[in-house]
Amino acid sequence: MSMALAVRRLSRLRHFSTQVSLRSNPDARDHGPTAGKYRGDRGSSSTKSSVDAQESAKFAALSGTWWDELGPFKPLHAMNPVRLLFLRSGMCRHFKKDPISPRPLDGLTILDVGCGGGLLCEPLARMGAHVTGIDAVEENIEVAKLHAAKDPLTATILYQHTTAEQLVQEKQQFDIVAALEVIEHVPDPMDFLQSLSLLTKQDGAVVISTLNRSPTSYSLAIFAAEYILGWLPKGTHDWSKFLTPEEVALLMERASLTVRALLEEMTGMFYDPLKQTWRLADDLSVNYIAWAAKRGE
Amino acid sequence: MVGAAVACGLVSSPLTRSLKIAVIDGSPISFDKVKKSDIPDPRVSSITPATVSFCKDIGTWDDLKSKVAPFDSMQVWDYAGLGYTRYNAADVDEPVLGYVVENGILVSSLRARLQGSDVDLLCPTQVDSVIFPHRVGGLPEEEGSNWAHVNLKDGRSIATRLVVGADGGKSKVRKMAGISTTGWDYMQEGLICTVRVDEHHSTAWQRFLPTGPLALLPMNDDFSNIVWSTTPEKAKELKSLPSEDFVNAVNNALTKDFSPPPKSGFAEVLTNRFLSPYFGNLAPSATEEFQFPVKVKSVETDRLSFPLSLSHARSYAAPRVVLVGDAAHTVHPLAGQGVNLGFGDAAALIKVLEKGVRCGLDVGEISLLNEYENTRKFANLPMMAVLDGFQRIFSTDSGPVNALRAAGFNLVQSFGPLKKLVISSAMSNGFSGLPGLLRI
Repeated sequence: MSMALAVRRLSRLRHFSTQVSLRSNPDARDHGPTAGKYRGDRGSSSTKSSVDAQESAKFAALSGTWWDELGPFKPLHAMNPVRLLFLRSGMCRHFKKDPISPRPLDGLTILDVGCGGGLLCEPLARMGAHVTGIDAVEENIEVAKLHAAKDPLTATILYQHTTAEQLVQEKQQFDIVAALEVIEHVPDPMDFLQSLSLLTKQDGAVVISTLNRSPTSYSLAIFAAEYILGWLPKGTHDWSKFLTPEEVALLMERASLTVRALLEEMTGMFYDPLKQTWRLADDLSVNYIAWAAKRGE
Repeated sequence: MVGAAVACGLVSSPLTRSLKIAVIDGSPISFDKVKKSDIPDPRVSSITPATVSFCKDIGTWDDLKSKVAPFDSMQVWDYAGLGYTRYNAADVDEPVLGYVVENGILVSSLRARLQGSDVDLLCPTQVDSVIFPHRVGGLPEEEGSNWAHVNLKDGRSIATRLVVGADGGKSKVRKMAGISTTGWDYMQEGLICTVRVDEHHSTAWQRFLPTGPLALLPMNDDFSNIVWSTTPEKAKELKSLPSEDFVNAVNNALTKDFSPPPKSGFAEVLTNRFLSPYFGNLAPSATEEFQFPVKVKSVETDRLSFPLSLSHARSYAAPRVVLVGDAAHTVHPLAGQGVNLGFGDAAALIKVLEKGVRCGLDVGEISLLNEYENTRKFANLPMMAVLDGFQRIFSTDSGPVNALRAAGFNLVQSFGPLKKLVISSAMSNGFSGLPGLLRI
């Protein structure tokens, strides 16, 4: 899609949201009304933060239930295998690893931003990767640490209560940076993607998954999931913060991340209610996951 | 047997090969390949082509193929003499309907496969108890072990991510996991023995008597296997008969008792003339006349018997435990499906565990095991219901029911598409061959 068309689409975003603002100058410092802070912030906000206090509070309340497969995070548990399969095949392809090997990610470093209770970190560690998980909500990190310690295969995961921006300041870099189901909760997607890009090594990759802003996603992910089926607590998602695949692709380009072909490396995920499983699909209208390679200089 | 099959499958798959596996069995391993003894053991199973395909995948078919007896046709009728059905492998363009094989040979082929692998074979060993991690609400307990512990009678204890309960109908693992069963006693016993018949044949014969079905299955040379499901009293009587009298009893039950053999009926003519032209493809066996089964000459082994019942575990999976084979379900032997359902379970479990490793999941995770359970219940329950239904229909002696059975026989015999459906369902270990809505 042409840049002009994309820009026009993006400007329409302002009508829907008072919170998301796309600035052409990524270095601007004014945040707007929802500037995030750490919980118990000690006052140093010269670093922009991708943390939104309201959003953090929502997750802190549920922190004890991350690993209850039948609890409030059941949809995420159900979605996990599909996300992992996508990640695994993307990583094997990108880094030329053997997909049949039981530990194909040996030697790779992965950062999971917004790791929550560690649902993604643990399987990635079992696949052989060296995993670091970060989250803005301290309770989540505590839960993740406790759970990962139970299995020797996952006890090597490094969990930290910090933000992506903080790690950028520390000049850390990883082979793969993953932020699944996070970008719809941050105040500034552009800045967030910039941080993710800076945290990725040359020839590495970034993986994002989120919800599309479409009528279908409103009726399924908000209305049905939160109000009818009760899968998610009401207010979990703010539809105006959802991003379309085109927007994500554009933001990624600006952050020096290449999404080679929109449909090749972006895949939709949908839930099959008859079989009660999630699947990967071409339809990006509700949930989708995107893979982007860090461009060389 | 099914447990060993699971182990073989895991070892054969590149993804799961790296898992540490231990197989615990009460009977000793004997690695000398069981020579096909002259007289076949009466404990046999009839395996379907789907099971054969599984055996090929796990690497045991090469060992088995010279030791199995194929059958390519089947004849089913009842004591009322009103109808019969003949099935032929040619109806579905296949060379065989299935194979008859001694259970001992199946087991030894599996063990031979495991012999060269990394699997720990703890045999003979008895399990004393199994302790599963306690879950508070939906969450694992804070303290306490994350693993399941299998305590053996010799004092050893093994910590594991997943316990596969393949310890038969009276499964200890199932009991310790707190999984209950439903089901009922059929008030029947299955009497088995090996016999010699007057000529080699490749047909499976089954006649439903008022007390239960009598099946004659072909084996190598002029040997055949008898499976006679009948009342406990009759079974006792049959076991105590001198050999000659027993042979006569079998021959009479297959041919003379109760009524003369069936002939083509009105219903058959109707279907042939009116229905089949629309659906075409008359199965070759539709025009086959009723045949008399081969005659039994002598009994070659002891007559053994075991009680028959239906049972089904309420769930096949719980955290860190999963049930396969008879531990999960037992069925009436009238269609020889028991072993095939078990191997179907093994194949499904291996697939699910492969997926677990591919996704980096903990293989004892309940969400993974639930996937296995849903797949297998969907496949097993309809089959069990059908078999149970057959068992009831064939045990009921009343005019209308007899006529119903006759109509059923005739319909299946002459209506090609229905017969093909029946055969392909049986051959593929379940109803996954059904078109449309039920297709998985």
